[in-house]
Amino acid sequence: MSLDTPQSQRAEAVAQKAEARWAIVVILIIALLLGMMTYMGLHWLTMPASRVETIDPSTLHLAGEFMEENLGSAVEPDGSVTVRLVGSQYSFTPQCLLIPTDTPITFRGTSSDVVHGFNIAKTNVNVMLVPGYIANFKTQFSKPADHVMPCHEFCGVGHAAMWAHVQVMDKTEFFKRAEKERRLSCVK
Amino acid sequence: MLNEDTRKLILAHFWVAFIAFVAALALGEWQMYIRSPLHSWIQNPELYYRSVTAHGSAMGYVFPTLVAMGFGYAISELSLKQPLIGRRWAWAGLGLAIVGTLTAMIPVSMGLASVLYTFYPPMVGNPFYYIGIVLVVVGSWIWVALMSINLHAWKKANPGVPIPLPMFANVAAAYLWGWTSVGAAIELLFQIIPAALGLKTTIDAGLARVFFSWTLHAIVYFWLMPAYIAFYTLVPRAIGGRLYSDSMGRMAFILFLVFSMPIGIHHLFQDPQVGAGFKFLHAVFTGMVSIPTLLTVFTITASVEIAARLRGGKGALGWLKALPWSNPMMLAVAFSFIMLGFGGAGGLINMSYQLDFTVHNTQWITGHFHLIFGGAIVIMYFALAYDLWPHLTGKALKDIFLVKLQLWLWFVGMMALTFPWHWVGILGMPRRMAYFDYSNPAIAPEAFAVIMSFFGGLLLLVSGILFVVVLARGHLTEKITLPEFRFSQAVHEPSRLPIALNSFGLWLALMIGLTVVNYGLPISQLLAVKQTSVPVVPIGAAR
Repeated sequence: MSLDTPQSQRAEAVAQKAEARWAIVVILIIALLLGMMTYMGLHWLTMPASRVETIDPSTLHLAGEFMEENLGSAVEPDGSVTVRLVGSQYSFTPQCLLIPTDTPITFRGTSSDVVHGFNIAKTNVNVMLVPGYIANFKTQFSKPADHVMPCHEFCGVGHAAMWAHVQVMDKTEFFKRAEKERRLSCVK
Repeated sequence: MLNEDTRKLILAHFWVAFIAFVAALALGEWQMYIRSPLHSWIQNPELYYRSVTAHGSAMGYVFPTLVAMGFGYAISELSLKQPLIGRRWAWAGLGLAIVGTLTAMIPVSMGLASVLYTFYPPMVGNPFYYIGIVLVVVGSWIWVALMSINLHAWKKANPGVPIPLPMFANVAAAYLWGWTSVGAAIELLFQIIPAALGLKTTIDAGLARVFFSWTLHAIVYFWLMPAYIAFYTLVPRAIGGRLYSDSMGRMAFILFLVFSMPIGIHHLFQDPQVGAGFKFLHAVFTGMVSIPTLLTVFTITASVEIAARLRGGKGALGWLKALPWSNPMMLAVAFSFIMLGFGGAGGLINMSYQLDFTVHNTQWITGHFHLIFGGAIVIMYFALAYDLWPHLTGKALKDIFLVKLQLWLWFVGMMALTFPWHWVGILGMPRRMAYFDYSNPAIAPEAFAVIMSFFGGLLLLVSGILFVVVLARGHLTEKITLPEFRFSQAVHEPSRLPIALNSFGLWLALMIGLTVVNYGLPISQLLAVKQTSVPVVPIGAAR
């Protein structure tokens, strides 16, 4: 069959139009997705961490915000809560995080040895802990619940044992406890 | 027609690739078993990570690289119709890849380098693991150079003639790999190997992750190239159609070349060492790189429709029935497109970083890249091997039923493996776990999905073994006289092309330029920041 008949040339023209239409549809889809991402990033402040902060992992236990007594949930003067934690082979400190509902939360974390990371199951919280750097993540929890919080980055032979817990509790109860304790956690 | 020695060269590449593939496949299935509720907790999780390291290294660095190299040599000789230049160098490249594979796998099998194929400094394993990987990559660089040399020799002899599409795409793949492998090479040569040899005791883990991300995403496009070359230049011919548009094919390969590299930081959305601005920029470029795939889907579907209409297919969708469904290539491309569709949609989700927060480093990601690479891409490796095999052995491939069974098993197995992974990933199940505590009420509901994935993996293992059995049996039949090997013809074969669609200079400049822009600043910022190096954590050393 010859493909250079007038009929096939007509078919070619039809197909070329279809191709151009498709290219436009593709570009619109991608533009829409990127537009949504940008809108959410700017208006809901769901941007990835922006500041690059460094810290020396070999001295973080001796002084500064990641000393053991500073880890856990701290109430800030503006009413928000900062949760500080450290990942080490093969556990998090603290192993159980206590978090209030309906309160702006900032996670600040780092690693004392290798690369770790964590996600809080069934939430959007997802953070990498790279030694030498401080990770930041802002979020908010709406309902009281218990979540598991596994290390999700390969950190050595014991990686599969590295699971922590998160307890989201009612806001009023949390702040009542916070009046008595400087740092909160649910480690028993 | 392929030269006798070139045939041996290509067969050697393919056999080494396929043996590594089946070995890695068996390890993968063992991992699926050991971490499922079907088996009690593994006593020594180190064995699991040894296996993951071997599985990833073989599937990521050895198998696709050797398929691309072998297929590339075939394309060069068949499409340019000139004997392959530098055959002895090509053998040397293969030799380096084999020596490198063995050098890397010995320490891995001894448990001295269980760092996974993505390395994860500051953990540092035995230096021979990294040196082995470097040797494999250097072997592949010989291929990159040979593809360029062969093309230039042909261009000199054929001034102004359009480069045949298969060779154009093949050389684009070679350049893409040459440049993207530089990121990991810098990480290995300047950061990890000095630490592994004990010359340095600290390493910047954040910077290493940035270098690796330069390689980590585009390497997937390098894996994908042979599959896309098969879409454009084998599928239409094999199913009795025509390629709808030759220039669209060229544009797709050019877009991959330009947009594959400056996007890798989307692997680091949750990392603390890169600022939000560059994460956003890389997300935008990741959106761009989906364009060549979406264009390819259109062009290949249009080409397939041409085949159906030539066979008498009618109607808006009725032509689907007229397709040669008993043809293995038809089956392969249909399965590949289904998996590419789901996998691609998952990719767009990963690119949108608000959505990525939910799935980053969960089983969703494992599901995503197994579906795209193991599914959509590897099934086309099977198809291209079946298509080339008679031209390599000089013998007919007779087990058409087994071929179709193999493709069906692979498709069903990959769906059964990856869909449950996506699901539990959304529930928050992390990846790279040697075992799970299924008695924990938070994890118990995910147990069923892990068992499903195990059975999916079992089908994949059977399919992989069937694949090498069919190819081995292809060596045992009687010799036949072969028709000349043909690539697909386009509906309108180009007689002249604009210089931009017939050369690489401009596109290589853009590729390098965009990488320098999108990586230059994050890298130089990290180099400028003091005190980011952290102590090395040795793996596999006596404690």
